Amino acid sequence: MVEAHLIYAESDEEVAEAAVQPSTFEQLIDHNGERGRGSALEGWVSDITDTGLIAFYEDMVVVRRIDTEATALQRQGELGLWPPLLGQEAAQVGSARALAAHDFIFSSYRENAVAYCRGIAVTDVLKPWRGVSGSGWNPFEYRMATPQIIIGAQTLHATGYALGMQLKGSDSVAITYFGDGATSEGDVNEALVFAATYQAPVVFFCQNNHWAISEPVALQSRANIVDRALGFGIPGIRVDGNDVLAVLAATRLALHRARTGGGPTFIEAVTYRMGAHTTADDPTLYRDQAELDAWSHRDPIVRLSNYLRNSGVLTDSGQNAVDERAAAVAAELRAGCIALKDPDPLSIFDHIYAEPNSKIVHQRARYERYLDMFTDAEPSGGQR
Amino acid sequence: MTMTKALNAGLRKAMADDERVVLMGEDIGKLGGVYRVTQGLQDTYGPRRVMDTPLAESAILGTAVGLAYAGYRPVCEIQFDGFIYPAFDQIVSQVSRMHSRTAGHVLMPLVIRVPFGGGIGSAEHHSDSPEAYFAHTAGLRVVSVSDPQDAYTIIQEAIASDDPVLLFEPKRRYHLKGEVELDATLSTEDSMGRARILAEGDDVTLVTYGGLVQTCLDVARVAQDDHISIEVIDLRSLSPIDFDTVASSVNKTGRLVVTHEAAESGGIGAELAAVITERCFYSLEHAPVRVTGFDIPYPVAKLERHHLPDLDRILDGIDRALDRPNSTSGSGDQW
Repeated sequence: MVEAHLIYAESDEEVAEAAVQPSTFEQLIDHNGERGRGSALEGWVSDITDTGLIAFYEDMVVVRRIDTEATALQRQGELGLWPPLLGQEAAQVGSARALAAHDFIFSSYRENAVAYCRGIAVTDVLKPWRGVSGSGWNPFEYRMATPQIIIGAQTLHATGYALGMQLKGSDSVAITYFGDGATSEGDVNEALVFAATYQAPVVFFCQNNHWAISEPVALQSRANIVDRALGFGIPGIRVDGNDVLAVLAATRLALHRARTGGGPTFIEAVTYRMGAHTTADDPTLYRDQAELDAWSHRDPIVRLSNYLRNSGVLTDSGQNAVDERAAAVAAELRAGCIALKDPDPLSIFDHIYAEPNSKIVHQRARYERYLDMFTDAEPSGGQR
Repeated sequence: MTMTKALNAGLRKAMADDERVVLMGEDIGKLGGVYRVTQGLQDTYGPRRVMDTPLAESAILGTAVGLAYAGYRPVCEIQFDGFIYPAFDQIVSQVSRMHSRTAGHVLMPLVIRVPFGGGIGSAEHHSDSPEAYFAHTAGLRVVSVSDPQDAYTIIQEAIASDDPVLLFEPKRRYHLKGEVELDATLSTEDSMGRARILAEGDDVTLVTYGGLVQTCLDVARVAQDDHISIEVIDLRSLSPIDFDTVASSVNKTGRLVVTHEAAESGGIGAELAAVITERCFYSLEHAPVRVTGFDIPYPVAKLERHHLPDLDRILDGIDRALDRPNSTSGSGDQW
């Protein structure tokens, strides 16, 4: 359906230029909020009315508000670290809303909007970043694995899960999220090999946000990332990752292919990390303001707002309702975060093994005796 | 039957008993693995449950993690000890931590089979003993087998365990023959976690695992000629180590010799020497003695006999523990 666009840049300047001017992708709503009709993806979203798009708009506004609130909580010392998704709302919401309830997600650590769309409580998402728990939820309850930080490692987990679904004869599909930086990792390349070999029902969803901390995408790949998929024998789609409707369509196409025995698909969602890598990062040291300015004109929320305003389905009162919803979620997030107490010190020994383990039993008992020497001391954070 | 056949029979039984058991690895299908441990299993269970994989060890482990998420119990074959390192990240960053990371929601009941150790005159990367890397990592169980009956039982126990198990199979004992009770039901007492006393003795406790178990039994027989009584212990489990069995033996003998093929520094012997010194300090008549491979890359085939602890080097270690004339005598250096 989508032709491969093999573009081999001749120079670093050309690569940089390509990064700012992504021209060869599928798009349904352009950065001005104009609805095009020429894309081959059109048929995958024919059921989505303009009114229906309001729900996507609300998701995106809410997750941006979550992001702002979490960043503030980090600045106030309530979170140790936070990975902002600013600018990637459409890529995450559009793909997550395409999934069926019985599909399974293996994400990286920035997919907070995906978790939100999956119905995971915002406070639960914060737990690892506040440092009170290694993960925030039961993966089987939401059919979303908890965030995985080693770059690209989760793409293999998704592929293995998909093999399991194939073995069981289930039509559940695995989707894995990763970034442009991850495409240089061996694990991602190995996952593509395995997925292609076994025709596993897995969707590789690459958010090309143009930056891997301080390294531009040109340092990872001299060709469009999606074109790598072809070499593995996997069909690819390059989509405007800031166009929620196009992302929804592309993900639906890929899910349908996987569900009907067509094997894996690679989606490159071209988006932009408008914020820092994490709250510990300072992008002003390596990124030009001009580039950021150029991308701010492609903001996924602004364009959808423009489209919905122009089509008359988003009114001032509608916008107020969305803003109120976002404020309520942010308040819930803040209250929930501050209410998260430090866990019991001895819980560090929990769940290391599923079965009793003499080493852990011994060390736990020894440390418990040690802590008991301080029972008269004033209690403080982390103490019993 | 041979240890290879015993492992094969154990795998076959585990696959027959539990549909969730799937095998993955390089050349394990039609070929039956380079050591034929999986011979015939693909014929019986098909290519979906006995998967020949592309040549990517990290992917074997990473997809096994995903299969475990999907409810399966994957048994991954790493073709040779020295080929496990590309999978190291998935093992220590994912397999070992998934249960604790998810607060116990996700089980990782994987078995990672690793033919290990030297003595087979092979090429580089085909004779390593990497077990200590994994014994150092929380969340993994590390076990070694040494004879056919144990191999048959322990591979089934490892598959039945809800924790990830690295099973180190000594290549040079693959053809060791022994009686195997195929009808034996699985012990519920975690026999793979318990060290076993293979020869009783009063003078020295000699601890080992894997390929050197047979060597140590020879040592005990030869030492008898000198009226030295050696208690030989096969650790089986390297993480966790059954210190109780070793400590009660050392409390009786007062002397500990540990031997393994793996390098000395930071090895299983170092851990045993430390813990036994802590626990048996007042029973010890001599400092614990280690007889191990050197801290060198595994040497070329024509020189491997100089690296591997053999009967004579272990006897020399016994002499050191007993303050009998030995290779360190007169050097003024017990170390």
